[in-house]
This record gives sequence, C-alpha cells and structure tokens, in this order.
Amino acid sequence: MVQCQRAHLDASFAALSDATRRGILERLGRADASITDLAEKFHMTLTGMKKHVGVLEQAGLVTTEKVGRVRTCKLGPGRLKEEAAWIERYGQLWEARFDELDKIVEALKREERIYGRKKRK
Amino acid sequence: MDEKRESEPTPMKNPTTVERKSERELVVTRTFNGPAHIVFEAWTKPELLKQWWTPKSFGISFISCEADVRTGGTYRFVFSHAASEQPVPFFGRYIEVTPHSRIVWTNEESADGAITTVTFEEKDGKTLLVLHELYPSKQALDDAIASGSTGTSGAGEQFEELDKVLLTLGRS
Repeated sequence: MVQCQRAHLDASFAALSDATRRGILERLGRADASITDLAEKFHMTLTGMKKHVGVLEQAGLVTTEKVGRVRTCKLGPGRLKEEAAWIERYGQLWEARFDELDKIVEALKREERIYGRKKRK
Repeated sequence: MDEKRESEPTPMKNPTTVERKSERELVVTRTFNGPAHIVFEAWTKPELLKQWWTPKSFGISFISCEADVRTGGTYRFVFSHAASEQPVPFFGRYIEVTPHSRIVWTNEESADGAITTVTFEEKDGKTLLVLHELYPSKQALDDAIASGSTGTSGAGEQFEELDKVLLTLGRS
C-alpha cells in the first residue's frame, strides 16, 4: 500500500515537474479540451502535446477519450487517490493518538478504583 | 474507511473510523472503555493531553503544551517533527467547554483552519467519542488535503508542488 502510494506520487511529481504540464492541468481544471486545442494554446506540435498528455495520463492526473477523430482530455482521478491517501493518514494519526489515550483512560480508571472519584485530583 | 485494521490482535482496542462527511467536514469516531468524565479529563488536563496527543509513530513530540481548557480559554501547542527543522505551532481558542460532554475549539494557525468539535457520550461505562472538523469551505478542506498536512504529515513538502496545481484545479 505504502509502496504503491509512493509509486503513484513519484509519477505525479514527475508529471508535475514540467511547467507546460502544470499549465495543461490548470487549463483542464477550467474545461475539458482536445489535444488539438491544447497544442494550439501551448504553441506546440500535436506530437509534443500527445507526449505531455501521455505523461499526465500515466500519473492518473488526466484521462482521455477518443470520440471520432477527436481525443478529449479531462482531469483524471489522481486527485481522489490523494484524498483517500490523506484521509487514511489522518485516520492513522487519530488512531495512534487514541491508542495512547486508551492507556491513560485505563490508568485513570485504576486510580479511581483505588482512591475514589472525588479524592483523585 | 480503514476498519480492516481492527483485526489486529490488540485486546480491548476499539476501531477508529474516519469519514469525509461532506465537502467541508471530517468525522472521526472511537469508543473508549471508560466513563466520559475520565475521557474528558484526558482531553482537558494539559499534563494528560501531552501524553497522548503526539504519537511517537508519527515522529512528533511536544516542545510546549499550553492549554487553558475552558470556554473562552486558549491553547498553544508547539511540536517538533522529525521531518521538519522548524517547530510547528498550533493554536486557537476554546469556543465551548462543557464538562464531560463537549469541547469546541478553533484552529487558527492557518486562515482556513477548521472548527473542531469533540463530543463524549457515555453508555454502559463506555464513551463514544465523535470528533468533527468543519472547514470554512470545500476549498479549505481540499487545500488541507492537498497540502498533505494532517498537522503532522512528513509528506508535506513533497506535496507542495502538487498542492499548487490542485489548488488551481479546485477552483474550477
């Protein structure tokens, strides 16, 4: 799980290390676009743009769908994976805290059994 | 979410659940095998809080822990973190402290901090704890997630680049 998350993050960061690719994501955040649109916007050849989109696609940041002769790009599910990973981490933090808290609750219960509720303080 | 971990052979250990309840809310629950006044005490006495709030497995520990846990009181926690040179401060104010049942506080270290509400509900000598974090906006929670900050996450820096992009995307 951790391994797989790391591989995923590595792919994301590699994908994001390039300013053009970050620009593409930003653009797709506003609206879906075809490879041709993107190539025009970023003053690039179709082949060059296909390459960038391919990297983003592999990282799960973008998905593409070909309808007729047009390949449309949209934001991918990568973001959801980050969210799931974060929530898991967040849960682990609370779980680790609560495991410690369990011990304190046990200790306080013991104290109370010995000294009674009022006296302990 | 992660209930599969329950099966680990820790006796008496109750499951922790986490859920993104809505665009702006996170909810964590856990039952403790003790009465509410005891669990509440562990949340409100700084010397007790200190013993469990910074689990070692997360590489964090307290540099200082000040908490005046009563309605209108304030708190300031400073952590050291294995992955960070700088101490990490957390601070805010207690909006409501109702003995043995409810604590509500602000998280003011960031402009988009959540309001955290913890409730304690006792039943048959056990206490159900529900921790609820309400962010000011969907964007604020998305940003917290994108930045990787569980308040402790070592991945924080790694996420920075991603954060910038996701931040932009979130606005769409």
